[in-house]
Amino acid sequence: MSHNKDGGGEKRLVSTRTMEIAVALILLLVAGIVIADSLRLGVRWREIEGPGAGYFPFYIGVLLAISSVVVLIRAAFDKSGTATNFVSKPAFRQVLAVLVPLIVYVAALSVIGIYIASAVYIALFMWYFGGYSPLKGAAIGAAISLSLFLMFEIWFLVPLPKGPVEEFFGF
Amino acid sequence: MEELSALWGGFIVVLNPFNLALMIVGILLGVVIGVLPGLGGANGVAILLPLTFSMPPTSAIIMLSCIYWGALFGGAITSILFNIPGEPWSVATTFDGHPMAQQGKADEALTAAFTSSFVGALVAVIVITFLAPVVAKFALKFGPAELFAVQFLTFASFIGMGKGSPFKTLASMTLGFALASVGLDTVTGQLRMTFGTAELLTGFKFLTAVIGLFGIGEILASMETGLSFAGTHARLRLNAVIETWKKLPAYWATSIRSCIIGCWMGITPGGATPASFMSYGIAKRFSKNGERFGKGELEGVVAPETAAHAAGTSALLPMLTLGIPGSPTAAVLLGGLLIWGLQPGPLLFVEQKDFVWGLIASMYLGNLAGLVIVLTCVPLFAAILRIPFSIVAPAILVICAVGAYTVNNAMFDVWMMVMFGIVGYVFNKLGYPLPPLVLALVLGDMAESSFRQSMLLSQGSLTIFWSNELVGGIMTLGALLLSWPVIAWVLDKFREAKPA
Amino acid sequence: MELHRLRTLGSTLPGIALGVAAALAAFTSPSAAQGWQPTRPVTFVIPAGTGGGADQMARFIQGIVTKHNLMNQPMVVVNKAGGAGLEGFLDMKGTPRDPHKLVITLSNLFTTPLATGTPFSWKDLTPVAMLALDQFVFWVNAESPYKSAQDYINAIKSGADHQYKMGGTGAKQEDQIITAAIERLTGGKKMTYVPFAGGGAVAVQLVGKHVDSTVNNPIEAVAQWKAGALRPLCIFDSKRSTYTAKVTETMAWSDIPTCKESGVDIEYQMLRGIFMAGGATPDQVAYYVGLFTRVMETPDWRQFMEQGAFNQTVMTGPQYRQWIESADKLHYDLMKEANFLAN
Repeated sequence: MSHNKDGGGEKRLVSTRTMEIAVALILLLVAGIVIADSLRLGVRWREIEGPGAGYFPFYIGVLLAISSVVVLIRAAFDKSGTATNFVSKPAFRQVLAVLVPLIVYVAALSVIGIYIASAVYIALFMWYFGGYSPLKGAAIGAAISLSLFLMFEIWFLVPLPKGPVEEFFGF
Repeated sequence: MEELSALWGGFIVVLNPFNLALMIVGILLGVVIGVLPGLGGANGVAILLPLTFSMPPTSAIIMLSCIYWGALFGGAITSILFNIPGEPWSVATTFDGHPMAQQGKADEALTAAFTSSFVGALVAVIVITFLAPVVAKFALKFGPAELFAVQFLTFASFIGMGKGSPFKTLASMTLGFALASVGLDTVTGQLRMTFGTAELLTGFKFLTAVIGLFGIGEILASMETGLSFAGTHARLRLNAVIETWKKLPAYWATSIRSCIIGCWMGITPGGATPASFMSYGIAKRFSKNGERFGKGELEGVVAPETAAHAAGTSALLPMLTLGIPGSPTAAVLLGGLLIWGLQPGPLLFVEQKDFVWGLIASMYLGNLAGLVIVLTCVPLFAAILRIPFSIVAPAILVICAVGAYTVNNAMFDVWMMVMFGIVGYVFNKLGYPLPPLVLALVLGDMAESSFRQSMLLSQGSLTIFWSNELVGGIMTLGALLLSWPVIAWVLDKFREAKPA
Repeated sequence: MELHRLRTLGSTLPGIALGVAAALAAFTSPSAAQGWQPTRPVTFVIPAGTGGGADQMARFIQGIVTKHNLMNQPMVVVNKAGGAGLEGFLDMKGTPRDPHKLVITLSNLFTTPLATGTPFSWKDLTPVAMLALDQFVFWVNAESPYKSAQDYINAIKSGADHQYKMGGTGAKQEDQIITAAIERLTGGKKMTYVPFAGGGAVAVQLVGKHVDSTVNNPIEAVAQWKAGALRPLCIFDSKRSTYTAKVTETMAWSDIPTCKESGVDIEYQMLRGIFMAGGATPDQVAYYVGLFTRVMETPDWRQFMEQGAFNQTVMTGPQYRQWIESADKLHYDLMKEANFLAN
């Protein structure tokens, strides 16, 4: 996503106003989807079923549309938001530094299993942000993963996603 | 005083070393379950249920109900420390509990949460002890129309909470309702807004959304400001419990209100989660300090915790006397009763005196034991905040992922959690309030189906909501609360207009 | 006439449970020792929420297996209730040939895919065993004036359209199917069907007089019956229940007349059966048949069956498969008739 058109300064990534408009547009889109599907389901009283399945969501969709349009119009005409910064570049870099690995971690969960992925994730996080030695990170990551494993798989018998390593040990 | 002698008999049954040991084990397990999001009291009880078959029923139910108490206590811990509600009913505890932790007052917030939980439970047990038959009859009066009225009241008491733009509040709430309506419609059996995907069949899960919006959102936000949780460097105070206890009596009015709300919502069966929201909303509205709610007010922790625990405890009453569980955990306990050869229902109190009074006695003792255990651990819990951020943060993210997965055993929910995390981060920065979204998500389904069931019963006539004193009274109260901001505004204008 | 077909379901069922179970035990016990064995915890999927009939039975089975040490691996129970059970079924469909997964079914095995048009059928699973058939009983509030099913039907006939309210579990599932069948006997007068989330809640709504009647399973309503709050009118089976022990002061399950006796010619029973994921080998199926046979031999199971007045019909192998096929066809016809099919 690029919301740079309003941002003048070097450090600024995106203005609050741009963000307001973008979010309002997304909400409007959601409202549109809700209303469209409600109309498909039927919004009227039916013989056996009472109010149709779309009755309630339809009005919810309408309310959501109205409120997001109001927010949109306010943001569009109120220029004061242009000056304020939604997020600065260094701050956003920090956020991404957590968010992107988190997404990679979640993607890895279903492939290599939650325990290995978690240990690796914790170790890398500690190394990158905390400046711990990789060995220390690996030790703490492994310890947390192992306690999770004992707690969920052995103790509470709640199966979590497992990968080839757990498979190898017969789980 | 027939009840007192029966209760005394119950205490005699419970008070032996074996049962007391089970009680402590149960509480500790429960706290662990309560702390881990996704692993609810219902999971814990269900998983451990089979282990209890070799015990006498009374010992088994003592252990299981203690897991339940432990889970009720434990839910508050992560809410306060990390803004991650361990259980649905501790969402409202985050509103003031987490800000308190950020101000370095985690120990105070924890003490207040545990103590109010205990008070709520105690009042509920007293109600169960002396009013069980009356209360069971009262629960029978609740048909769909009455349930809708209660849900309406919950909303009415909570709405207009945030400052900020009313349209953003409305957008946030309607988004919550829209998300709640995804999945199979319970009234017509039609699929709504699933667009042919198997993952959306089950809809958006409340806990997944909450873990993402609050937990992940919080971590993303704290990454921006630097690598730490605020409040980390609080001094470790060993006398925090005593200090907090000195402050608590001042909130007696809120306590009493919350107990009433909690007991009522547990019995009807509205549930602990709506009870905690309603109690928070009403406390905010009627408290002298209402303005400061959301910024770390002790009263904002007392109100939801008292109500949640009162509701969680009194939810066992309809389970015992009517065979309808007031909470998922109560539902699992119900299954347990059947396996032990006990038939819950109106006759349980007559046919199984030993068991019932043993259970009630264990409620008193279990909660007391729970309180002592968790209070001694307050400094320990507060000390968790002193662990470096770069260790705690990834551990929390991992636990969040585990929690989101266990809600439904689905990877899809973990992805949803990440998405809700981003939404929470953006909404927070733009001033969209999150509580209305969460409340709509938890109540949306229930409110919609009660409404449509009522409409079916009345064949489309809205008069059903004023058809008797009970439902009419609740609806009117709700309408008054809803229009309270307008009334207050008019009164204010009136006063201003009058020349002083 | 559809009612006739409703009846065929009941009449094809040999109700001799114990004999079959004994025969199975003789057949499977030795082979189970040498054949396939589970090598990791077995997940038992419940396509329904906590506290319902299927949930109670599955957790009860888990309890028996653990208590009597019937399996060398733990049994883990998981509720996948979303989308009226579709979540659980699609999960089973998603892991074919996984021998460490079982699912307990109710009628939603047939009704939910039909009502929602979701691509799932029981053929995606491997049938293991039918444990029992769950009964349906026609209940009214004990304070109502109706002493028999015929009384009540007559009242509906002479009342206004939609005047009488039937409470039930879920939409377009077994309870509503039975309601649709009853409506064919009421001279064109419709009932108002009000769906609730669970069987226990339905019974309580009837006690609180928010609805006029229900078709609860016995186990969901027995406590209220015992306490004198509900009155059973008739049982939707071809013959009376075989349980003769007194439940209330005056009545046993066997004292409830069949609906046919009371002039309401409707029969319906619900499958409580076990399936594995698709493509399971005969060895694996045999292991679980043996396991459930041993479960059904325990005294705990017998007591559970009596408490819930289950029809103890046990089936496995081709006979079970045949039963499922006919039940599937029956549900299709019933739902088509009632206009419950997804377009």
